Amino acid sequence: MFSMEGKVALVTGASGGIGAAIARALHGQGAHVVLSGRGADKLEALAAELGERASVCVADLSDPSAADALVGEAEAAAGKPIDILVNNAGLTRDTLAIRMKDADWDEVMSVDLASPFRLCRAALKGMLRRRSGRIVSIASIVGVTGNAGQANYAAAKAGMIGMSKSLAQEAGSRGVTVNVVAPGFVQTAMTDVLADAQREKLLGSIPLGRMGTPEDIAGAVVYLASDAAAWVTGATLHVNGGMAMS
Amino acid sequence: MSEIADKVKKIVVEHLGVEESKVTPDASFIDDLGADSLDTVELVMAFEEAFSVEIPEDAAEKISTVKDAIDYIEKQKAA
Repeated sequence: MFSMEGKVALVTGASGGIGAAIARALHGQGAHVVLSGRGADKLEALAAELGERASVCVADLSDPSAADALVGEAEAAAGKPIDILVNNAGLTRDTLAIRMKDADWDEVMSVDLASPFRLCRAALKGMLRRRSGRIVSIASIVGVTGNAGQANYAAAKAGMIGMSKSLAQEAGSRGVTVNVVAPGFVQTAMTDVLADAQREKLLGSIPLGRMGTPEDIAGAVVYLASDAAAWVTGATLHVNGGMAMS
Repeated sequence: MSEIADKVKKIVVEHLGVEESKVTPDASFIDDLGADSLDTVELVMAFEEAFSVEIPEDAAEKISTVKDAIDYIEKQKAA
């Protein structure tokens, strides 16, 4: 039910904590994974760790043309069309709105929202033709709840949820599903920068009493990318230890 | 039949999986050939690629029959 033998999965941001865990999990189900990110060294190391069925496509998704080209490059690297697209790449430029520069806003919108759209657009063309495909995008709980200091990031992630619901409606008649995983507070380099006091406060608001691990997120992605989730589309799966229940 | 008409017909047959005999000039993609809205968008994109033309959204909306497509592309190619 969760087997991905013979499938090709493109994972963006695979050099990061969550992206690497997603790539490992999909690979563990038998998928050929195409690892994309900015850091060639980390991607090559992960590909070497995975061994067979792993390719690397270095891409800087702040560059629109790189985002447009990535699906084609990934398919060339894998030698087969993409069955599963995981939009995981993202970045933050946190600051309170009154101090937020246009560049902070634009960069987050470009990498966290426009580039996932470009990747979806490129991947969908083939998926619609082949009458099958899975798109899973990694948003964030803050896209639903908002978060002080993250007006840009929260807007991009909320946008990702709205975009995915729209694409789910467009692609549904062709058996292509489009879903979102919205992680809560996960231990990664992105959250390591939080102050201790901030961290304590956040932990107190999580019923399951701990931060998430990248593997917690990867499990949700495997589910949505698998045959088990064939009748799930336009959904946002919250994986946050119960921090916010919607 | 012109070369363009032949090619249009071939694309329609290929994409919609319909019999060639059904792809008459007056055949409507949606009413006669069983296309849905996504099919029509994919057809327009296939025409754009095959003929190296750009079909803007407002023009694409008016292409509802095989003849509409042929006429539009012939006009673009003649221009």
